[in-house]
Amino acid sequence: MNQVILKQKEQKEIENRKNESSIVYDTKKLNLWYGNTHALKDIDLPVQERSVTAIIGPSGCGKSTYIKTLNRMVEMNPEVRTTGKVHYRGRNIFDSSYPAEELRTRVGMVFQKPNPFPKSIFDNVVYGPKIHGITDKKILQKIVEKSLRGAAIWDEVKDRLKENAYSLSGGQQQRLCIARCLAVEPDVILMDEPTSALDPKSTLKVEELIQELKQNYSIIIVTHNMQQAARISDKTAFFLNGEVIEYDETDKIFSNPVDKRTEDYITGRFG
Amino acid sequence: MQFMDMKVVQSRMSKRLLLNQMTKWLFLASAIFGLLVLAVLLYRVIVDSLGWINIDFLTSVLSTKPEIAGIKGAILGTVWLMIIVGPVTMALGVSTAIYIEEYARPSKLTSFIQTNISNLAGVPSIVFGLLGLTVFVRLFGIGSVILAGGLTMSLLVLPIVVVASQEAIRAVPSYLREASYGMGATKWQTIKNVVLPVALPGILTGLILAISRAIGETAPLVVIGIPALLIPVPTSIFDRFTAMPMQIYYWTIDSVLVAEYAYLAAATIVILLLILFTLNSLAIIIRNKFDRRY
Repeated sequence: MNQVILKQKEQKEIENRKNESSIVYDTKKLNLWYGNTHALKDIDLPVQERSVTAIIGPSGCGKSTYIKTLNRMVEMNPEVRTTGKVHYRGRNIFDSSYPAEELRTRVGMVFQKPNPFPKSIFDNVVYGPKIHGITDKKILQKIVEKSLRGAAIWDEVKDRLKENAYSLSGGQQQRLCIARCLAVEPDVILMDEPTSALDPKSTLKVEELIQELKQNYSIIIVTHNMQQAARISDKTAFFLNGEVIEYDETDKIFSNPVDKRTEDYITGRFG
Repeated sequence: MQFMDMKVVQSRMSKRLLLNQMTKWLFLASAIFGLLVLAVLLYRVIVDSLGWINIDFLTSVLSTKPEIAGIKGAILGTVWLMIIVGPVTMALGVSTAIYIEEYARPSKLTSFIQTNISNLAGVPSIVFGLLGLTVFVRLFGIGSVILAGGLTMSLLVLPIVVVASQEAIRAVPSYLREASYGMGATKWQTIKNVVLPVALPGILTGLILAISRAIGETAPLVVIGIPALLIPVPTSIFDRFTAMPMQIYYWTIDSVLVAEYAYLAAATIVILLLILFTLNSLAIIIRNKFDRRY
């Protein structure tokens, strides 16, 4: 009997360690201020690799601020101050020895509004690789095909790579932006409400794409749409007034939330 | 109790409608007045210039004899001036705009620079002439040559390029910058590959307007001491020179001595206006062609 319990304990420890080593982002006691506004309060949030982590919450709860902190884009606002730590693969992203440019090469971002450059489809995809010094035309061509295939848009654009990206539909533009992000071969992809500007059909396509991408990438997605979070994510964090109210398996959050406020939010009582 | 009396309303109606019509014509007349004066001026100038503009006039050098005098020297002088003004204002103006819009954080220094650029745009051109005379001609000892004139003109039109470039850079949507930063690009890479290409039409429009302003400016050249009568044609930036507005100025003044000079001045004005209209149209075409396609 004792032995069985011991074995179970061991098993659990091994599993725990596995979980720990597969944590890609670990946020510890993160606080963030915009001037005097305390936007993020003591955030603790470990993020699993090769999974989809959804961040939900009402407008102004800090979910966008949080995801923009993960690649330090939030610092484009000079008023921002932070305390606490965010470890990406064991490195504190706020370390002065860790250039934001290097972090962003590993951590890609897809934005709310599709934002391709006013360049050709081809030039959009090679933008990142070129920035990082790849000039060989053959390699660039391979990157373009691989990335566009990865974003499930290759078949639609393979014959019109020289056309301006703005000739694409909104949904195609967003998948092009995902391809552009994949071209840098990131480890993590941050998505800030990537489907909020898209029609339902394009939204579905992007959601399917996210399901495929999680085989190879860690995805953190901010979404306004709770059904979307329920459909595509493995874990969900509920933010409210700059705090993480609840963070758990998505199934658990949506079927059996612990906190009353989470329940109120997902049942549509506010937000 | 009724306050509105239809009889009173009807008795005032025709007066009100008349006033309504009159104001419309008054405003139209005001709008046309400026155009009309310009048309009269153009008509006089063009009539005076008839018979004086021909290939010989454009390709001959200056002479005291009106029949054989040409503006080759003045045209070349203006072209040389622009060879200095174009690159200098482009480099200085765009760099200044990039610094203010992309690098500078809101501070006292930034608002000081910004205020001074606006002030600079309001400084009379003759003051720039004095600055050119003091700094370039005398202090640097360059003399009254193309380089001194070009640098003075560059400073004069710099605010135009700075303000136009600032507006063009500010109009580049922030989501394009974010896309670039998001892939690990540095600030300079983002400026070079995303911001400047998108802002270029606006910057070029500003540059063309600045050049067309510089082409027409006379006062700074007078102050710097550009010669009244100069036969040799300039061949380098260290040569003495004359320019088209200078030529018009001197011919107009000297028309009391030689009546035909007035026709030469008119002919030069027509050529100068043609160049300016062409440049301004080019600016408008560029602006329309690249108007926001994203």
